[in-house]
Order: sequence, then C-alpha cells, then structure tokens
Amino acid sequence: MATTAPARRLPAPPPADPGPRAPRATLRQRLARWDVRLSPYLYVAPFFLVFAVAGLFPIVYTAYVSVHDWHLIGGQGEFVGLQNFVDVLQQPRFRTALRNTFSIFLLSSVPQVAMAIALAAVLDANLRAKTFWRMGVLLPYVVAPVAVSLIFSKMFADQSGLINALLAGVGVEPIRWHSDVLASHVAIASMVNFRWTGYNTLIALAAMQAVPRELYEAAVIDGAGRLRQFFSITVPMLRPTIIFIVITSTIGGLQIFDEPRMFDQMGLGGADRQWMTLTMYLYELGWGAQKSFGRASAVAWLLFLIIVLIGLVNFALTRRIASSGGKGGQR
Amino acid sequence: MSAPSVPMIRQTAGRGAARAAARRRGTGGVNRRPGWVTYAVLTVVLLISAYPIYYAVLLASSDAATIAQNPVPSLIPGENLLANLRRVVESDIKFWPALVNSIIVSTVTALSVVVFATLAGYSFAKLRFRGRGPLLVFVVATMAVPTQLGIVPLFIVMSKLGWVGQLQAVIVPGMVTAFGVFWMTQYLQEALPYELIEAARVDGCSMIRTFWHVALPAARPAAAMLALFTFVGSWTNFFWPFVVLGAANPTLPVAIQLLQASYFKDYSLILAGVVASTLPLVLVFVVAGRHLVTGIMQGAVKG
Repeated sequence: MATTAPARRLPAPPPADPGPRAPRATLRQRLARWDVRLSPYLYVAPFFLVFAVAGLFPIVYTAYVSVHDWHLIGGQGEFVGLQNFVDVLQQPRFRTALRNTFSIFLLSSVPQVAMAIALAAVLDANLRAKTFWRMGVLLPYVVAPVAVSLIFSKMFADQSGLINALLAGVGVEPIRWHSDVLASHVAIASMVNFRWTGYNTLIALAAMQAVPRELYEAAVIDGAGRLRQFFSITVPMLRPTIIFIVITSTIGGLQIFDEPRMFDQMGLGGADRQWMTLTMYLYELGWGAQKSFGRASAVAWLLFLIIVLIGLVNFALTRRIASSGGKGGQR
Repeated sequence: MSAPSVPMIRQTAGRGAARAAARRRGTGGVNRRPGWVTYAVLTVVLLISAYPIYYAVLLASSDAATIAQNPVPSLIPGENLLANLRRVVESDIKFWPALVNSIIVSTVTALSVVVFATLAGYSFAKLRFRGRGPLLVFVVATMAVPTQLGIVPLFIVMSKLGWVGQLQAVIVPGMVTAFGVFWMTQYLQEALPYELIEAARVDGCSMIRTFWHVALPAARPAAAMLALFTFVGSWTNFFWPFVVLGAANPTLPVAIQLLQASYFKDYSLILAGVVASTLPLVLVFVVAGRHLVTGIMQGAVKG
C-alpha cells in the first residue's frame, strides 16, 4: 500500500543541528525545533482523541456494561457475569432477530454486489455523457434511508401498494409483504439495494477503469468474447475492490436498522417480529420496555463477534472465488 | 500515449476519419462507442433509480382519498403538493427546527471533518515523526470497527455530560472520520510536492503557517469532495440522532419518522414530508453531484 511508503525526506529545521547543549541555541531556534517535533502529533491528535472517546472507549466499555445489571435510568447495578449473554441467547426473539438479520443481509448484499459489478461493466464502455449516467446511478444514494423506507413501505403496502397492484395487473396473487417472513425480507432488501447499488457500482467502475486496456486487446487477439473477457480479466482484476465492497456491505448489512425499523409505523419489526433485526433488538432491549443496557450490550458484543466472523469467512471466500476464475487474468 | 486522440482526429480530419480511427484503435472494440442496447439498459436503470423518488412526489401531490382508491398513481403530479407541504410544516413534528438542526449538524460536521482530516492527512503524508507508520495503520484499521455497536456506552457518556437531546451529542462523535484522514493522506501524498514545503520552511514559515499556506491550498479539491461526502452522510444519518436526540430536538430524518408514527394512514402527508426532507439534498446533488461521482471514483481507485 502506498501509505506505508517511507517519507522521502523530512523537512529539516532551518539551522543545522548545533550539537548537544550548544550554548548558542536561541529561544527562537529552540521553539522552532519543538515546533517541528511536536506539530505532527498535534495535527493527528484530534482524530485519535475523538476516536478514543467515541469509538474505542464505547466498544470496550460495552463489554463492561454487558457483564453488569444496568438500567437505562437506574444506571449501573451489580456484576452479573455472563448472565446477560445467557438471557439473550435463551430468548427466542434473539434467534428470530439473528435469522432475520442474516436473511436480509444475504438478500441485499449478494444481488447487490452482482448487480454493481454487472452495471459497472456496462458503464465501463466508452459512453457519451458519462457523467450524466454515473450521476443517475448515484442519485438514490442521497436519499436518506428513512425516506427510502417510507417510500418503499408504501410501494410494498399489502392492500394499496403499487407493487401488488402491478402484480395483480399480470395476474399474480397479491403478496403479503408485511406478514410473510420472506416477503418482508425481500421488500427490506430492495430498499437497501436501491440505495447502495449505485454507490458500489461506481466503486467497481473506478477499479475497472484502472485495468490495463492491453489485457483486453490481448484477449481479443486470442479470440475471447465479451463474456469471457469479463470473467477472465475484469472479475479477477477487481478482486481487491470486490473484497472491499463485500466487507463494507457486511458491516453495514449486519447492523441494518433504519429500513426495517421504518417498514411499518410500529417500528418493532412486525407482529411476529418477522423482520426485526439484531440492531432493532438491541434498541428494544436498551430503550424499549426492558430498559436493560446490560442485555443490549450483550447483543452488541454478539453482533460484533458475528461481524468479525463473517468478515473472515467473506475474506476467505472472496479470495477463492476471485482467484479460481483468474487463470488468464493474472499478469 | 503519443498517438493522436480520436477527438483530435475528428477536429483535424473530419468525422469519417475519426470513426475510422476509432475502429482501427479499438482492435475489436475496446474503445468503440457502445451501441443502443447499452443506452437502453442504462435508461432502464436510470428510471429505476429515479422512479421511487418521483413516486414520492406523485403521492405527495395527491390527496389521501385518491391514494386509497388507486395505488398506481398517474404519471402527472396532482395539484396538492404545496398544500401537503404546508401541512407538513404546520404539523407537530417541528419541521423548521429539524431543518435548521440538519443544516447545522451537517455543515459543522463537514467543516470539522475537513479541517481535522486535512491536518492529520498532511501530517501522515508529508511529515516524519516517530510512530507514523503504526498510527496510520491504526487509522485504517478503525475503519473496519463498527462504531454503531458502542451505542450503549456512548449514550451513557452523553447522558453523563447532559448532552442527550442536544446537537453536540451528534456533532462531536462525527467530528473526525478515519475515512477522511485516510482520504486526505492519500491525496496529499501525491498532490503536494516536498519542494513546496521545504521552500516555505526555508523562508522561515512555522509548521502551522506552512500547513495553512502550502498544504491547505493544495488539498482543496479533495477537501471539497470530502466535505460533500460528509455532508450527505450526516444529513441522511438516522440511528444515532434517533437514539440520542429523539423527538424533542430532531434532525430531519428523525422528524420525518415521527410523521409516520403519528399520521400513519395519511400517505400524502408522510410522503410530502419525505419530499421536503429529500429535496435539499437532491438539489445539492444536482449542483455538486459531479464532484461526488468523481470523488467516489478517485477514492475507490486509491483505496
């Protein structure tokens, strides 16, 4: 990575080093030396300060909260060990939430990555009005997830929704988007896909444009068709980018909250919690009826472990997929 | 590449020659202009991306009775848009305060991310100091940590500080992002020559003056994109503002969410709220979207 390349030269302090304890070092010179030494640390300090307070500390502290009895209003109670984890793991709702999270995550990220790469391949052609098409693809990205959810929950309404009306038009029975488990997951996944496909498309497109054109020219000479070129050159060359997209969409997808929360006006994930996700469950435990920060933190840690685990699995999987198709593409 | 480009040939030798040149250079079609099928596919994609937004406008310009009767709206907006928008503004969701809050939060966050990320990026890219490498690796690693999971302690901290329900509870945790630091480091590494920094130092500039007069101007294009990104990100953010601000002092997404909670059958009103909250950002996108697009493209290549 370019970031770890050593700096060529440091901007040296103007006067040559006068040696240890030189009597001639004026105050000004000493200040200048301190300026050079300390400034870099001062410049990077804000990031580390804010991250320590708002990122690192909460994650670690979550572990502390999770082994205590802890109430939203009452505050810290006594140490209970792993009891919160046991409680959470025993509740059937946790399992429902886990299932929903995975189902929605798979329904959104798998088609999304595939669509993004395919769409990027289309955009990679030598188009007229490139920027226009790219902007069009990115447009959904600026619509807030809450807004997307409200629009889509109306489109997917059971009785008066656009989608069911269209389905009726072609003679399909109306689908119960708000009561069927799978149907509700499909509807929620479509919101995620709507907002993020374009963004990922542009990331994939950027990587595609960095693929040396000579590779394609060589492939054409070897008689490879467009599809063959796509699978033997484009996909393997995109490997790092695909890994990046998969990992970011895993982190985002497993924490999904906004879309399912807004899918109906109750915000609890349906009558049978058909579409309640882990983050929604976390919220309900902490800020809902139970007001148990301890259990909410236990869910946070479990989710964190799941994300790490899935991240590793993804990484291994993506590596294999991308390299097995890459016989011709490796330079 | 030294060969004349196709547009250049078109200028000097006319369209026919340009087309021939394009065909010759393409060796079977790498640089060839795509056919109508490509444009047809893209048009369909574009319609799919734009339609839900347009659908919101359609319902927002209708009235509740019409929506209940016919779920498929006509393609032409009705005439109730302004009336519905007025109802949103006059409802009890504190629309104007929410709009002001969103503007404050997004602007302050974007500015502070740009300032701090540029400072840190400059330091990582161009200054040498002990621990630089590991610290930068640490910054990148933090991008993989889902900070949302620390929500419970963060809330505890905020309530200890007495910030629950106040804007700084949303602004302060977002003041700096690892993405921003990484982005500016990458950019400044290439965009800022050491000679310029050295020249300023030789002329007797202090470190901070060097940053101000040399690094900051060089960082401007990347800073603009970062600002745009951060602005969009914090405008659309929901979970944390929802948890820590609540209905008392909402940002726009939180306020819009309240519309559904209190008027859940009145879709013309709810979607008028959606339109009102989305419009500002869509306008920003139309004006500056070009930069957002190039920003994503550049960030992706380097990241």
